Amino acid sequence: MALTLCMAGHVDHGKSTLLGRLLNDLDLLPDGKVASLEAASAARGVPLEWSFVLDAFQVERDQAITLDITHVRVRSQKREFAIVDAPGHRDLMRNLVTGAAEASAVLLVVDAQAGVEMQTRGHLALLRVLGIPEVIVAVNKMDLVGWSEARFDAVRDELRAAMHALGLKATAIVPVAARDGANLVQPWPDAPWWRGGTIVDAIDALAEDDALEAAARGPLRLPVQNVYRQGTQRLVAGQLTAGRIRAHDEVLLLPANRLTRVTSLEGWPDAPSALAAGDNAAVTIADPFVIRRGDLLCDPASPPKMTTVFDADLFWLGRGELDIGRRLVLRFGPRETMVRVAAIHHVLDDTTLAAVGRDAVPESGVARVTLRADVPVPVDSAETAAPAARFVLVDGGLIVGGGVADATQYPDQRARRAPAASNLVAVDHDVRAAERARRAGHQGAVVWLTGLSGAGKSTLGIALERRLFDLGWFVYTLDGDNVRSGLNGDLGFSPDDRQENIRRVGEVAALFADAGAVCITAFISPYRDDRSRARASAGKRLFLEIHVDTDLATCEARDPKGFYRRARAGEMKDFTGVDSPYEAPDAADLVLKTAGRAIDECVDELTAFVVGRCSAT
Amino acid sequence: MRAGAGARPAGWYNCAPMQDRHLHALEQESIHLIREAHAQLNPLAMLWSLGKDSNTLLWLARKAFNGRVPFPLILLDTGNEFDEVYAFRDRYVREWNLDHIAAVCPPAEDTDATLPPAARAAARKTLGLKRLLAERPFAGILLGIRRDEQPIRGKERGMSPRDADGRWHFDAQPTELWGQYSAIAPEGGHVRVHPLLKWTELDIWRYVEAENIPVPELYFARNGKRFRSLGEKDITFPVDSNAANIAEIIAELTTTRQSERAGRAMDHEREDAFERLRATGYM
Repeated sequence: MALTLCMAGHVDHGKSTLLGRLLNDLDLLPDGKVASLEAASAARGVPLEWSFVLDAFQVERDQAITLDITHVRVRSQKREFAIVDAPGHRDLMRNLVTGAAEASAVLLVVDAQAGVEMQTRGHLALLRVLGIPEVIVAVNKMDLVGWSEARFDAVRDELRAAMHALGLKATAIVPVAARDGANLVQPWPDAPWWRGGTIVDAIDALAEDDALEAAARGPLRLPVQNVYRQGTQRLVAGQLTAGRIRAHDEVLLLPANRLTRVTSLEGWPDAPSALAAGDNAAVTIADPFVIRRGDLLCDPASPPKMTTVFDADLFWLGRGELDIGRRLVLRFGPRETMVRVAAIHHVLDDTTLAAVGRDAVPESGVARVTLRADVPVPVDSAETAAPAARFVLVDGGLIVGGGVADATQYPDQRARRAPAASNLVAVDHDVRAAERARRAGHQGAVVWLTGLSGAGKSTLGIALERRLFDLGWFVYTLDGDNVRSGLNGDLGFSPDDRQENIRRVGEVAALFADAGAVCITAFISPYRDDRSRARASAGKRLFLEIHVDTDLATCEARDPKGFYRRARAGEMKDFTGVDSPYEAPDAADLVLKTAGRAIDECVDELTAFVVGRCSAT
Repeated sequence: MRAGAGARPAGWYNCAPMQDRHLHALEQESIHLIREAHAQLNPLAMLWSLGKDSNTLLWLARKAFNGRVPFPLILLDTGNEFDEVYAFRDRYVREWNLDHIAAVCPPAEDTDATLPPAARAAARKTLGLKRLLAERPFAGILLGIRRDEQPIRGKERGMSPRDADGRWHFDAQPTELWGQYSAIAPEGGHVRVHPLLKWTELDIWRYVEAENIPVPELYFARNGKRFRSLGEKDITFPVDSNAANIAEIIAELTTTRQSERAGRAMDHEREDAFERLRATGYM
């Protein structure tokens, strides 16, 4: 697609005027347009109003505002491109999203008198989530500050600071006076100090939009839009969001998790031999699997993660605030999933652009959140297949937000560790659980301690083990480092390895409980899904989930192993609580608060709880 | 009837492969939207006014569904189309085996009397569509309008809801991004689907040429005149031109300073005439 630029900026900073004048100076207005503008302006008793070029609605001209998105095709001496003008009114931010989402560059207009205002910052934050790489800034109305170089420098520095805070960088910052056409197409003689070129020079220097070419180099993602029957053929139709596809390619169908092969690519009037990102496919596959809208065909060598939980950078366009716990429909391509806002990590503050903690995302806000789906869904992340990581939020059929998913911190829940052997026959023990409990004087059980690093899990686990042992109980504690040196010596710290670590601990703990022991585990185990899997492993045995609930500040102050210090210094990646999430239990059997309490007091409470639940009846 | 002539003229618009990639990207985005409309809006129909745009749209629909068009095509018939246009329709309904609805439009006397005369003639189509929708309540209507034709059309979305009266609430349009649309309309209303919004007049002709898409002969100059935009014969006028084939039309469009709809009387009667037509349901 030709390069598309989106206009952005605070209301009244002169976006539409700049665009109207630019079209005039590039000699792109049809005959009679300027005359009709003069007439329309005169009818309203205002001087020639360039913004009327694009303000098509009468109401827009009467109120001198742009109501909705405008698209124009433009050509300079060097290239052809498209410009999208979206209104800057705060309550019409959804129009800016609609306009900017199809752009690969932005032309941001900032009033030289006013400088960087709230909407400008809001727009910048939005551009970051939309992933728009190039930003050209026009510092407008320079005539009203007497073409002061000092004023331009001040606004430029303010802009650079604001953009730096968001990880954005301006491609060019140009002083202009849109009404006069100064530095739009022609250099302006009144500002001899400026030698940085015009707005059109900056546009001419932009690279072509190569987003589709980049996506085509990624792993295959073909979301199924529909399935068409044609004679005896079944055509699986959809638009590739990433990668390439040909006949005979092996593909993985998700969420069914089944491998198959592409038998043919179909098309009219000719069938294509290969397709790439952006292309609409109609393929036939080798196996008669059930396929429906919302399924995904993908590269088996690098599929998205299947997960019920992921993080996201999102913008909220709905009415009112977006609260924790709110349920919405989320769409990855044609796939619809119910999700719940599980946590809000930060909201980009309009005025400072600092990431501030909030318990709700305000209207038109931009935030980092954790979302939880009802069932595992295929989730891509920006670094693996950027276009496939994009989603929108839908409420009552209307799009009320959007964002980019990030599942890198979460393990893949795709079922692939099914027992390798299928001819298993469980052997029944002759010794029954009740007999074991009668001899031990208590039931076998798993006491699962979960909490942040430094919360006190190991300390409490070891102390509990001593108390129960002294009561004559059959008890043993599984602790992180002990297990990792032996049973789990082959595992590292990637999300998948962490998940496997917890899975094995859960299985071993279940065996202990089956043997009649009280098995205490002391692992951070940050993911709810991993803990519910451990509970499932315990089967009919008693499973007590204990949330050792110590706040992050306290844990960080304790820092018994020095991990927090190293994580904050960037020496350790993916550390829970710092740059990796902790999901507190929804329904723990016991929530044990430790902050400000003596260890003995906590051990007393824990011991009393466990003894109460495990005593033989 | 004529298909693409082949040889391409030199010019800024012909700097392949960037131009080919551009047309390809437009084509693919349109096909995606057509398939999305078919998946989400049932029943669906397409307005077929028989001009270059709706013939391009029909071509894209055939591509989307492997040659078969899985919904009916509607001609809003005022009885005032050019004879060549009726002949064109009859030929391709037969040749391509199309499901076709001829919706007869009410007379001009039934339209809003405060509109200027040509706008009233155009408003007959609005009433014709309303009458058809009352009989056959389609959830979605595909149509081939483009943003660059007319500034008001520039404000449309890929999927734009219309209320039960066919009205367009342009100040409260749904958000669209990343190929995601809001396919819902108010109770009793319908969704207008616009797969050609991003195309320009020049894109259409270059695509018609590249794909060999049939279009009515009226677009090609005879005796120094040709139709640049086709409407009813009582309110559509030819423009001065010697462009007798597609290549010449493309060359002409790169230099013209006239707007495409210069020959459409209803656009030029009063500043807000077209806005009023569209707000009340015109295409």
